[in-house]
Amino acid sequence: MLDAIGVESPDALLAVPDALKLREPLDVVPALPEYQIRRRLEGVAKRNGGVDAISFLGGGAYRHYAPPAISALAMRGEFLTAYTPYQAEVSQGYLQAIYEWQTYISLLTGMDLADASVYDGATALAESAIMAINATGRQRFLVSRAVHPNYRAVLTTYCDGLDVAVDEIPIAKNGTTDLAALAEALSSHEYAGVALQSPNFFGNVDTFDAAARDAISKHGVVPIAVVAEALSLAALAAPASWGAKIVAGEAQSFGVPLAYGGPYVGFIATVEEHIRRIPGRLVGKTVDNAGRAAYVLTLQAREQHIRRERALSNICTNQAHCALIATIYLALVGKTGLRDIAALNVERSRELATAVANAGARLPFSAPFFNEVVADVGRPAAEVLGELQKRGILGGLDLGRWYPEYANCMLMAATELTTTREIDALASNLKESMRARAVV
Amino acid sequence: MPAQSSDRTLSPLIFEMGQDGRANAYVERGKPLESFFPKDALRDDLPLPDNTELDVVRHYTRLSQRTFGIDMGFYPLGSCTMKYNPKINDALAGLREFAELHPFVPDELAQGALQVMYELERSLSSLFGMEAFSLNPAAGAQAELAALLVSKKYFRDRGETRRNKVIVPDTAHGTNPASAAMCGYSVISLRSDARGRVDPAEIRRVVGADTAVCMMTNPNTLGLFEERIHEIADAVHEAGGLMYYDGANANALMGNARPGDMGFDLMHLNTHKTFTIPHGGGGAGHGPLGVAKHLVEYLPVPYVVRDGDWFRLDFDRPKSIGPVRSFWSNFAHAVRALAYLYANGAEGLARVSQYAVLNANYLRVKVAEFLETPYAEICRHEFVASAQPLKKETGVRALDIAKALLDRGFMAPTVYFPLIVPECLMIEPTETESKETLDEFVEALREIVAAAKSNPQELFEAPVTTVVGRVDETRAARQPDLRWRPKPA
Repeated sequence: MLDAIGVESPDALLAVPDALKLREPLDVVPALPEYQIRRRLEGVAKRNGGVDAISFLGGGAYRHYAPPAISALAMRGEFLTAYTPYQAEVSQGYLQAIYEWQTYISLLTGMDLADASVYDGATALAESAIMAINATGRQRFLVSRAVHPNYRAVLTTYCDGLDVAVDEIPIAKNGTTDLAALAEALSSHEYAGVALQSPNFFGNVDTFDAAARDAISKHGVVPIAVVAEALSLAALAAPASWGAKIVAGEAQSFGVPLAYGGPYVGFIATVEEHIRRIPGRLVGKTVDNAGRAAYVLTLQAREQHIRRERALSNICTNQAHCALIATIYLALVGKTGLRDIAALNVERSRELATAVANAGARLPFSAPFFNEVVADVGRPAAEVLGELQKRGILGGLDLGRWYPEYANCMLMAATELTTTREIDALASNLKESMRARAVV
Repeated sequence: MPAQSSDRTLSPLIFEMGQDGRANAYVERGKPLESFFPKDALRDDLPLPDNTELDVVRHYTRLSQRTFGIDMGFYPLGSCTMKYNPKINDALAGLREFAELHPFVPDELAQGALQVMYELERSLSSLFGMEAFSLNPAAGAQAELAALLVSKKYFRDRGETRRNKVIVPDTAHGTNPASAAMCGYSVISLRSDARGRVDPAEIRRVVGADTAVCMMTNPNTLGLFEERIHEIADAVHEAGGLMYYDGANANALMGNARPGDMGFDLMHLNTHKTFTIPHGGGGAGHGPLGVAKHLVEYLPVPYVVRDGDWFRLDFDRPKSIGPVRSFWSNFAHAVRALAYLYANGAEGLARVSQYAVLNANYLRVKVAEFLETPYAEICRHEFVASAQPLKKETGVRALDIAKALLDRGFMAPTVYFPLIVPECLMIEPTETESKETLDEFVEALREIVAAAKSNPQELFEAPVTTVVGRVDETRAARQPDLRWRPKPA
């Protein structure tokens, strides 16, 4: 090969100016044979005790059952090692799967169309806000404080770049967005869009009511629904039915591993009106040169590789493989299974709520909830969670981390995988923890 | 050698299959939702299909067979670094203790995950000459955005709010200018010189008090090394701007030279290119963002730190641009990238780059026997050929060559990019391909060029062995059909 190239050694191919030559040895992990890599990383993995605890953690990442058929299919090399399907003729299978994903998300949200995915729920919200900014030409955005705190933080990061101000709507006593405050905010400033999350960060159903919808339409604001627990879409009224024009969501619940936070899969669904503002890849159905039905990446004139600095988003690589996993999950569980799983989540979270209430915790919110519930434990939740952790229980999230006014509250999730025994263990330990404190 | 099965019957959509109630027993039956919610809070129908597991398995197996991955054949997609993805990486990422770990697990119960992130972060920092890396960004484009947000905050803190221009060479990836626009920066596009490089004199002409960042990749997308990178960096730095390294082409230099030593202040890596993470048909990616010392405090949160034997996620970084995603990282990919680092070590990675460059140059001289290669010199990991003379002679375009390669069992190269080369074919073989595979590819390409001269019609009609022929993209864009719709009852 060197002869063909006409050089004597490979070094000639990599010549760099003297100033760029490495001056010191690189400090990189050592090279190991494969069996030792396996042994080493298996050892490191064992230091993740969190997987063996009884867990009520949720907050935008949920432990659900994933049938093994998902990985058997999704991990096939044809899917796993493909690039973005630019060459449609040899990518029909993947393109069809993404077309199916776009359909599933459209049907679940009640929207006209959905994109091929974005990075995750938080960036879905940020990109939706950009859609609203582009649609209205306004530089101010409104978001409920009951939207996931991480999502709001990412929204702020993105909006900082665009010099867009972000205002927040307060939370009402029942644990949902204060819709009167929303209406008032809309009349005092010109907003591009307003975002609500349902179920919200506290697990509560939280939608625009008729008055909010009127105010939104009167002021020409783009209403956005955030969905951090996509399973809820199987049970609750679709965001389209309560007035959303854009739905920004996270579909990790559909078979995507928790994996310490990623990769997950965000989606954006919207109405026809915004079709040319939606970011990311879109798969469309068309025909080939013989008139046969075929799939292809489409409306690419929106995208960075064509439009460069005039593109509406810079997204290139998205989360195709996670979207494929979610599509296969939805195909496997079907309508019947998805309904059952959603119903079991509701049932188990009611059982959990009853158990912690019986253990002496107060349930501060009265709004209906999906699979997460907030409990007030009467003293800093961080302390109670620490005590539970010593007994092998991850009781939930300390709300004080994001909401100082709820420092005594914890957010707990129950899914179809949560057992009565786990709930009993939590409740009895919680009771003990609360009583021990009361005596002091 | 047809690329795929020649079965040309359309696969039904999953929505057109199955029967209501054909449920798989993954969970028990749930109680009616009406017992828990007021009726108006519930949806009235859920128009999704019910299919048996067998039918679903057959459906997606069939779809997989209509998809071309690296595991099936040569994938010379320029700038995408489609190298072999070792299976051990997936096995390790799939370990229960990694795959089932919730992101809100307290640090003390996630020490293994944090150690993975820490080891990867430290290794990348040394390998590329950066002070620190953030593993947060979900892909290269998001890392670019995060980097430009870092620059914006950095300049704001220094009271230099007039810096609003980003300089991008005309050979740059489209994400560079698009990311700049998302930060409110305007873009100065820089013309490459006759040798396909950025001329430092040209940089000196455009830099000034309004320069924020100059975004470059080295080697550039023509596969050429920018030897005068120091002069370019000096010019940008003297004007008070920052240098950004687009790491999409890092496979050409890792272990041999470091962006940090070239004067870059910020950079990203596409570990789904360079570090063998499977691309998954368009993600998930993983785009670590590296910075020099003066920018560390601006990195996105959280950042993994080590206190003695303990690792923790640090959120308390007041100057940070904030988080850029829901959770901490595409962690499963961090596991894969670390496994790849362990498989190679520093010396192995240097050898990876050497073989990638060797393979690219071998292909370059072979392809030059029958196609124009506009920059006839030693290239790095990739090179460009142009079908412009062939098009003039025969009417056959780069696109026709690409489609004819599909018929011969190869993925097509990147075409029509970079934009400065007419009828461009951008070819990147990577280090993991054997000489035999490269030779087969060369012969296929030689045969196509010969066919262009003897029977161009054959190429205009390609591909003919794939499940569909050339697709009508215009119709797709004019009459967007982006989803299946249920038939009205």
